[in-house]
Amino acid sequence: MTINLTLLVLMGALFAVGVHLLLERSLTRVLLGIILISNGVNLLMLQTAGRAGLAPIVRGDAGFEDMLDPLPQALVLTAIVISFALTSLMLALIYRSWALARQDEVADDEEDRRVAAQPVHDPEEDSDVPAETSEFSEADPADPHQARQRGRLLNPQAGRDATAGGAVEDQLRRGLHEPDDDAGARGRAAEPDAGSADGSSDGPPRRGRRR
Amino acid sequence: MDGDLASLIPLAVLLPVLGAGFGFAFYRQQTTQRAVTLGTLTLTVVLEIVLLADVWQGGAQAVHLAGWPAPFGIAMVIDRFSALMLVVSSIITLAVLLYAVGQGAAAEERRDDGPVSIFYPTYLILVAGVSNAFLAGDLFNLYVGFEIFLTASYVLLTLGGGEARIRAGVTYVVVSIVSSLLFLITIGVIYAATGTVNLADLALALGELDRGMQLLLHVMLLVGFGIKAAVFPLAFWLPDSYPTAPAPVTAVFAGLLTKVGIYSIIRTETLLFPGERLNTALMIVALLTMLVGILGALAQSDVKRMLSFTLTSHIGYLVFGLSLLSITGMSATIYYVAHHITIQTTLFLVTGLIERRSGTSAVDRLGGLAKISPVLAVLFFLPAMNLAGIPPFSGFIGKLGMIQGGVAENTAIAWTLVVGSVVTSLLTLLALARIWARAFWRRAEDADDPDPLLMSKTLAHARAANKRLLPTSMTVPTALLVGLSLAFTVFAGPLLSFSRAAAQDMYERTPYLEAVLGEERVDGVRAELRELAAQVDGLETGDGGAEEHAPVHTSVEPRDAEQLESDDAADGHADDAASGAGDGAGDGAGSGAGDDAGDEAGGESR
Repeated sequence: MTINLTLLVLMGALFAVGVHLLLERSLTRVLLGIILISNGVNLLMLQTAGRAGLAPIVRGDAGFEDMLDPLPQALVLTAIVISFALTSLMLALIYRSWALARQDEVADDEEDRRVAAQPVHDPEEDSDVPAETSEFSEADPADPHQARQRGRLLNPQAGRDATAGGAVEDQLRRGLHEPDDDAGARGRAAEPDAGSADGSSDGPPRRGRRR
Repeated sequence: MDGDLASLIPLAVLLPVLGAGFGFAFYRQQTTQRAVTLGTLTLTVVLEIVLLADVWQGGAQAVHLAGWPAPFGIAMVIDRFSALMLVVSSIITLAVLLYAVGQGAAAEERRDDGPVSIFYPTYLILVAGVSNAFLAGDLFNLYVGFEIFLTASYVLLTLGGGEARIRAGVTYVVVSIVSSLLFLITIGVIYAATGTVNLADLALALGELDRGMQLLLHVMLLVGFGIKAAVFPLAFWLPDSYPTAPAPVTAVFAGLLTKVGIYSIIRTETLLFPGERLNTALMIVALLTMLVGILGALAQSDVKRMLSFTLTSHIGYLVFGLSLLSITGMSATIYYVAHHITIQTTLFLVTGLIERRSGTSAVDRLGGLAKISPVLAVLFFLPAMNLAGIPPFSGFIGKLGMIQGGVAENTAIAWTLVVGSVVTSLLTLLALARIWARAFWRRAEDADDPDPLLMSKTLAHARAANKRLLPTSMTVPTALLVGLSLAFTVFAGPLLSFSRAAAQDMYERTPYLEAVLGEERVDGVRAELRELAAQVDGLETGDGGAEEHAPVHTSVEPRDAEQLESDDAADGHADDAASGAGDGAGDGAGSGAGDDAGDEAGGESR
């Protein structure tokens, strides 16, 4: 097959520039890249016909060797129409994106970011495993956390009844350990973000108690 | 073969296009538009079922448009595989259309969800494009089919033009355009190399190219189709873009569009580039698709996104099956494609219902649905278990077939894939069980910031709200699809034998080539074709395939009477005990289907 060098170089340039533009973040440039690449593809299809030749009309003396293969031109015609339609559709989309969000860039996916930001382990799946405590561990009376754990071991109802220890403990809990301690030990809920657990300080522990 | 019936093939594309035209003309009269769309699609379904019935008996048929003979004109070809795909896809689209009609009639108050006047015609164009891709007899027509349904899908995905949809839509459009351009480049190069774009003609011409060129063209085609089919490294556009669209649109996209890509990959692997050149690469890709997809699904907290990830993950099964180069693998793939189209569509429709009922599709905010609406729970549970591949369902049968194929292959990579597919199946079950446990089983109060819709005072209140939020016009089409997915289980025997025959046709290649090019042209190369086809496990042996090539015996592999007899005759009654155990312990559906398949294949080869 004979190939026209000018067309070949032009095609290469169109592809190169097109790919470069396609990698930009700005949508308009992406569109320009697509236009260039699709024109490059059209040139490629055109070249598959080989060397330029006569119109493929059977007239007296012209041999088949002198004629141009017409099929690639038919294909290119279809491809041009399709790429034209898609370009206008893309333009409409970009304009709409600009009108709505004042944005001419490929936007991040919010849900993706949310999923990426969520904690590595899912609190709910690790819940209901009570904190490992041992009566033989060294007790530090100054540590309110251990005091509370002891209280719970001795009196499982702690925090529910208004016994003296329970009341103190309740206070301690509300004051100091509400968000991460109790919610962590018993009533871990579905919140992937600790923020909402903080905000509704009464929610998760109540549920834990009801179980 | 009935020549008259075959000439109806182009109608499968023409009818929806005409319907779309009328739909656009009546854009002000919603009722007329709806009637036209429903009528057209019903007609298409009837037509395609007739074509399927014809092909079921007769095998591949081709129509040469405008009477130009094959390599010069445009051919439309229907063989067993494409007929099955056509029928399944059009039934799905009809059911989704009914759902959309129900949604449009029921959801006037919700701005975004009701179909606007362009929905119905665009939907029909989508159907026309998909049909065209399934029927295309040449590469360029395949490209045109792709473009038709992709353009329709761009419009449907950005329906209403809200900000989120535009954002997701732009990514989708750019990725799809780039994949189409790649495909077009490939077509150009293939034409330059062979001088034809007719698939049947290419099947003969490509074999004569030198190996390097063949490899290049093969890889280029697979990359182009791989983007469309959402195969692993090329799949990341899908979970971003699908979930934003309205429920019926997502459902039909999830069911159909990726499967057209798979269809094209199967055609590439069987018709254009048969042989095992890229099979190991495809298997690695399949494994990664399965695992990465399902791990992505586990990380999601939105039902729609989770389903989108399971969708890409299960594409891996299909790639696994088609890369096995055995009749067992390919027939399981064909069966699994049909099953997966139905299941994935159904699940997305049910998710649409969940979203309507509870105002959100975020798993953390859902709860108590099983109590509020047991119907919804059943509608979710059946396809979910089906997708995960729990034994009696069709998902299990399809996966079992692939695993059998993998075991029969008995190479290290095939065994890795067998393990990988089982793991993926279990992880799918985990992902779906999480949705089930949270959205359906826990109490609504336990949910994180549940929607007021879920917090009715009494059960009576909740049931009353059901009537408003889950109208029968939407639940019935969904239930129909669930019924269809169960039918895949009930009629697994005939369906598997059919897909076995389809796989046989595709690997043999002669039925397709004879239909398009005529017998004289094929006669010249018949020996060559047979030589290539001989590489395929289980082809034309007429014994159900697996035994001869399966060094590892499982209790569920297909055994049929003839084979047992010949076994008996050959080696005395040596393996009587083994085969007896196999038959006894074998899963009813599995071995029954295998027997049917064996008989069918035997009948074909004689």
